[in-house]
Amino acid sequence: MTPAVSFSKVHFRIGERSILADISFDLWPGETLVILGRSGSGKTTALKLINALLVPSQGEVLVNGESTRRLDPIRLRRQIGYVIQDVGLFPHFTIARNVGLVPELEGWPLPRTTARVHELLDLVGLQHADFEHRYPRQLSGGQKQRVGIARALAADPPILLLDEPFGALDPVTRFELQNQFLDLTRRLNKTAVFVTHDVQEAMRLASRIAVLHHGRLELLTTPAQFKMQEDGEAAKFIATL
Amino acid sequence: MIDSLIELTLEHIELILIAVAFAAAIGVPCGILLHRNAALRRWLLTFTNIVQTIPALALFGFLIPIPLIGGIGKKTAIIALVLYALLPIMRNTLVGLQQVDPAVRESAIAMGMTSRQLLQLVELPLAVSTILAGIRVATVTTVGTATIAAAIGGGGLGVFIFRGIASVDNTQLLAGAVPAALIALIADGGLGWIERRLSPA
Repeated sequence: MTPAVSFSKVHFRIGERSILADISFDLWPGETLVILGRSGSGKTTALKLINALLVPSQGEVLVNGESTRRLDPIRLRRQIGYVIQDVGLFPHFTIARNVGLVPELEGWPLPRTTARVHELLDLVGLQHADFEHRYPRQLSGGQKQRVGIARALAADPPILLLDEPFGALDPVTRFELQNQFLDLTRRLNKTAVFVTHDVQEAMRLASRIAVLHHGRLELLTTPAQFKMQEDGEAAKFIATL
Repeated sequence: MIDSLIELTLEHIELILIAVAFAAAIGVPCGILLHRNAALRRWLLTFTNIVQTIPALALFGFLIPIPLIGGIGKKTAIIALVLYALLPIMRNTLVGLQQVDPAVRESAIAMGMTSRQLLQLVELPLAVSTILAGIRVATVTTVGTATIAAAIGGGGLGVFIFRGIASVDNTQLLAGAVPAALIALIADGGLGWIERRLSPA
């Protein structure tokens, strides 16, 4: 089996400054890898290396066995869903067009896109008849992030990248969306890379947790093993529980 | 008097429309180019800033001896007006494109938009009201500047104004100034209305 995502001795530098150093790991299809780290640990950078928003200074990032250096970035990105904390919905598009954007770019026939948009809005808990004609400004933070997730799933990408997607939400909404995320990734068998600094969130969602500290991969293990750590950055995170 | 009033008013409007149309046709693409190219941004904005500081009457004068674009008449006048209208349009295009929410831009790129799709589907639609505001400012200032065109034989309402000054005749002065002010007000109101209609979200 080919790993869905694979980092091989990846370094990333901006000028002289090292952001990521010597990162290697394999991520298998269907896994949810949570990258846990403090602000500035390099976790967002690691995520952006997967969909070629960034290219490693050294080493290779492989997606389904192919280096992101050799893949066409446009094609690659359309097969990877991307969700960020600020959501980034297009303010001038209706919810339906936001969700159906990748299908639109891919040239799907309109009825197929519309059916897919309805299916996805319902899937993330938004009644499509209620929401499809609205604009992002008419939605609450939690609703926007649901739309963000629906949009990322639109063209049924095998891989999802999520950068602190629930960071700006109240605890109750966050909990609901975490449950929904768990349900979706299991049901749809997605491979996900999820960046967070919330250790509780990491333990709930991860099949494996990667701890990044100062740009180095300090630990990569299951949530059960993670909980037993007695030193290092992992222990500091556990101490906050 | 009435006949020449109508004629000169129409001529004035013609000067403005042609100048602003050219300025927009050049300024908007230049603004897009500046948005994409930081090195270009510095020197092109400096150049248009300098043009803007040249007094209008002097600029008209400078252009006269230049071969091909110079000489006496409408063509020279329009070129000078275009140079003045360029800066606000170019700058507003740049500002409009640059103030697109970075999260929106990042999402668009991460979803696999090409840079052309990013521009057409996201950046330009979100910048459109700012660009139109630039065109509105350019139009209103051009109404005033265009009165100076008469000094180099460009025609327009400036003919009345210069004649009024020369003969110390307030009627002639007002015959030039009042219609010019009206054109400016109407252009401002009309373009402002379109701007609000087209503003996203």
